[in-house]
Amino acid sequence: MIHADDIKLIDKELKKFPDNQKQSAVISALRIVQTRHGWLSKEHISDIAHYLGMPEIAVMEVATFYNMFNLEPKGKYQITVCTNISCMLRNSDEIVQHLEKKLGISFGEVSKDKKFSLKEGECMGACGSAPLCLINNHTMHEYLTTEKIDQLLASLK
Amino acid sequence: MVKQIDIIKPSKIFPNQDLVCLRTMVHDDPGSIDTYLKIGGYEQLKQILKKKTKPEAILAELKTSGLRGRGGAGFPTAIKWSFMSRDYDGMKYLVCNSDEGEPGTFKDRDILRYNPHQLIEGMLIAAYVMGTRVGYNYIHGEIWREYELFEKALDEARDHGFLGENILGSDFSFDLFAVHGYGAYICGEETALIESIEGKKGQPRYKPPFPATYGIYGKPTNVNNTETFASVPWILEHGGQAFQDLGVENSGGVKLFSVSGHVEKPGNYEIKMGTPFSELLNMAGGIWHRRKLKAVIPGGPSTAVVPAALIENATMDYDGLQKIGSSLGAGSVIIMDDSTCMVSALKRLSYFFYEESCGQCTPCREGTGWVYRVIKRIVDGKGTREDLELLTDVSKKISGRTICALGDAAATPVLSFIKHFRPEFEYFIQHGHSMVNTK
Ligand SMILES: Cc1cc2nc3c(=O)[nH]c(=O)nc-3n(C[C@H](O)[C@H](O)[C@H](O)COP(=O)(O)O)c2cc1C
Ligand code: SF4
Ligand code: FES
Repeated sequence: MIHADDIKLIDKELKKFPDNQKQSAVISALRIVQTRHGWLSKEHISDIAHYLGMPEIAVMEVATFYNMFNLEPKGKYQITVCTNISCMLRNSDEIVQHLEKKLGISFGEVSKDKKFSLKEGECMGACGSAPLCLINNHTMHEYLTTEKIDQLLASLK
Repeated sequence: MVKQIDIIKPSKIFPNQDLVCLRTMVHDDPGSIDTYLKIGGYEQLKQILKKKTKPEAILAELKTSGLRGRGGAGFPTAIKWSFMSRDYDGMKYLVCNSDEGEPGTFKDRDILRYNPHQLIEGMLIAAYVMGTRVGYNYIHGEIWREYELFEKALDEARDHGFLGENILGSDFSFDLFAVHGYGAYICGEETALIESIEGKKGQPRYKPPFPATYGIYGKPTNVNNTETFASVPWILEHGGQAFQDLGVENSGGVKLFSVSGHVEKPGNYEIKMGTPFSELLNMAGGIWHRRKLKAVIPGGPSTAVVPAALIENATMDYDGLQKIGSSLGAGSVIIMDDSTCMVSALKRLSYFFYEESCGQCTPCREGTGWVYRVIKRIVDGKGTREDLELLTDVSKKISGRTICALGDAAATPVLSFIKHFRPEFEYFIQHGHSMVNTK
């Protein structure tokens, strides 16, 4: 079941499109549900398909195509670090190594206490403030240094 | 109801710019509607509605301005707008492409957060000219705060009567909505973006038909970049000629250059077209840690890399960069100093194109994977002498054989890196490690 608050949010998205084009809200719907649960289970996909009147496979296709959707459980805080060229030139590798060392996990892994997961990101369109990372797809932290990473990790309860 | 979000203040404003799209940045609370109104914002829209200006007159002004699409292809905006038939009386759509995700590109983000209303006014004028009733601004999924800020700006505009039915009491109606991607670079390609708005995988369509005849839900659709739209109100306020005069022949106006990588002050610089590269580099504080310039990708990875010697005397405009074998692209200037290993840099770019290929066309899907594996092999110290020919050959076979331009974009770095830095690749293959002492 989709949470009542999320239904409200999805309905708000639906208003942006013609009545017979509910499918247009699928990316938003997936984002809204994932924001609450941290990932998208088979049930979530099927609930969304049902709500938008789409075949499940069509929702699944979208969920697998777009990289920011998680199709398996992640840590409470998923940290995505951009390693693309502009960030790489500003030593994003150091940030990645520091995170890996502190969290004891590599890209694609979840920490034992399920608190953190690490993900390699592509360009986030913010390369002027490299190196940078995104927490749970929503909060960007820019001009990162290893000290800032320490502070950031300490602030994530 | 306008949602409360913290005021966004630029941390620094670089001097010596000619601010058009980012002209609100010198004010407090640059992104608010009050600031935009204070500097004469929405005045062009008001005048057009009051005087019932003929769309042809607006197109003529745009043509004089020399404005070319800022999303990368540089197509003249006035011509693109004239492709949308005004006689077609069914539904038509307007789309703003704020999906910037080509490495090194981060200019549209600053428009969204520091001057969203100029973008909205630009889209309103475009809607008026082309007769579109509904518009979408498709925003890169990773810049969530900017998405929220833009939604707030839309609410403000609606509260002021600039969006919706019968705008300012006229018979012109237009509504505009924010939508977002969620981690797929290919959705920046306009037909993939349209598919994405329809709620599908972002796979580019065959062209023709072009969006102007077959776009969102099969309806005529015009797609422009954020910076393109945001330039329009300024052009109408000051006249097309004034915009053209800021730039040079074939490259009218100013352009936002996103400068990233090895400079002291990475950031966006809105400067006159035709500005010497050396001046831009100076504005950006010169090379990081006073090292030496090695190479520049002047327009994002889909444009050819050029060695320092070639770009040092070049000017930043369409023709100036073409002359040195590259192009302006989206104005994404990636600076590499002499500590950069070109082989590793190319490896990262190749991985990007491989990862982001949508997989529809065999040459792109297979070619990008192949290229990445070969470069990785070289970086892993297992390259062979034939690898450079293989890379060149595979890349040439991707180029020109695909549905969208990502194929060509993927080939460009490979061909240009090897062309200009061949000895570095040969050294890596021969010795199994980089020629450059990386830090
Ligand atoms: C792979 C690929 C990615 C693209 N990404 C963007 C983008 O992020 N933003 C953009 O405005 N145009 C992008 N484009 C260009 C668009 O297809 C389109 O030409 C542009 O949005 C048109 O606007 P303009 O005429 O104002 O430049 C991309 C093209 C390709 C092939
Ligand atoms: S060229 Fe590549 S990205 Fe473009 S449509 Fe073909 S497979 Fe997809
Ligand atoms: S390259 Fe990292 S944000 Fe663009």
